[in-house]
Amino acid sequence: MSDLYTNSGPVAGQLHIGRLFVATLRRDLMLSLRRKSELVNPLIFFLMVITLFPLGVSPESGFLSQLAPGVLWVAALLATLLSMDALFRSDFEDGSLEQLLLSPQPLYVVVLAKVLAHWSLTGLALTLVAPLIAVMLFLPAQGMPGLLLSLLLGTPTLSLFGAIGAALTVGLRKGGVLISLLVLPLYIPVLIFGSAAVQAAVTGLPVAGHLALLGALLAFGLVLAPLAIGAALRISVSG
Amino acid sequence: MAEKKWLPRWFYQLASPRWCYQICGKLLPWFTVAMLLLLVGGTAWSLAFAPADYQQGNSFRIIYLHVPSAILAQSCYMLMAVAGAIGLIWKMKIADLVAKSCAPIGASMAILALLTGAIWGKPTWGSWWVWDARLTSMLVLFFLYLGVMALNSAIESESTAAQATAVLALVGLVNIPIIKYSVEWWNTLHQPATFKLTEKPAMPAEMWVPLLVMVIAFYCFFAVVLMMRLRNEILRRERRSGWVKELLLSN
Repeated sequence: MSDLYTNSGPVAGQLHIGRLFVATLRRDLMLSLRRKSELVNPLIFFLMVITLFPLGVSPESGFLSQLAPGVLWVAALLATLLSMDALFRSDFEDGSLEQLLLSPQPLYVVVLAKVLAHWSLTGLALTLVAPLIAVMLFLPAQGMPGLLLSLLLGTPTLSLFGAIGAALTVGLRKGGVLISLLVLPLYIPVLIFGSAAVQAAVTGLPVAGHLALLGALLAFGLVLAPLAIGAALRISVSG
Repeated sequence: MAEKKWLPRWFYQLASPRWCYQICGKLLPWFTVAMLLLLVGGTAWSLAFAPADYQQGNSFRIIYLHVPSAILAQSCYMLMAVAGAIGLIWKMKIADLVAKSCAPIGASMAILALLTGAIWGKPTWGSWWVWDARLTSMLVLFFLYLGVMALNSAIESESTAAQATAVLALVGLVNIPIIKYSVEWWNTLHQPATFKLTEKPAMPAEMWVPLLVMVIAFYCFFAVVLMMRLRNEILRRERRSGWVKELLLSN
């Protein structure tokens, strides 16, 4: 174990930031991969919500292809939202979250790694499944790159903003509905630019502007959200 | 070694619940009088004496409720977030109480702005609601208030609740510039802001002076309601302390 530590840290026992990031990422991925049923739940939910629209609105292909960008984005957003509550829950319940907060490691890096682990199993998976479902909704082929890129840039932002809500409600027994109340208003800009990007791609308009805004939101979230998540975790755990 | 105090003395004094309760009690009558005068005067002026719009006729007069409530809804959010930040940084109990008292007032101002907007929209745009940038972001502001209130009531420990809502309010602060500039960034149906600090209003003085009076009246109203809520909240939170018992027994 001793090779894990460096002498450069200001506090004894502080890990090198890169190692800390990788170690947390690996731990979270491993823990999630051992609960495979929870892993596929957001994907099944995504698929089911999509199924509701042709059944509930209209199965006609022309209509569905118009609806597809918005429906895909709303479904991806809801699936991410649904998976957020589990992000810190098990760590909170078995006490390892408290240990993480007490450890001398920078919380910013730990939180960032945890969110990345969460995103790679939900947001990234949703992005990869989305083209398949887009075909079922008759999304025109020229919309696919826009869909993939917008989801790739947008879902990490959803995970970051969602983690703030998850961190604020982790200490509560009934966090489920509350977290959607807190997080959905923050999701609205991502939804607007994400579905606008797909819409633009379908109609052959330039997509770059919308993607740039999604990227800006992501950059903003990457820099500031871990601070809010860390502060929220400290409040939730100490309270 | 005494720590250097770099904020004015009154700021630290405000941290005392008892002092804050008393100063609010002293300020309250003044603000109430100002509010009543401005509100009655402004309403009469704007509804009866301000000239009718050449296009919209008398229907534009709802602006005298719509604009002040919309301005207040945003100001109130700013105050809530700033008070929350002060509470987080300096652990000042009064700031937490201010933030908590702000949320319901702000939410009602936001809903008032949305409702008056809908009533105004029907004769001028032909529909109660349009999915326009300004309207949507105002609705999001309303949702943020609801989220803050829901989180505050869900957490049992009052100090934890105050800290958690402060973090949420600060995160939601991102929405304020979006609301403010939505009508400039996006080409939408909603008209640009009525008041700007740098330019003269686009409407004639007979129209905007009563509007300014109404805005100030709404700020006074906000101050009165906030101080009343704050005093209640202080009494509730400090119910076990000696001075509250004395105060209640003396009445």
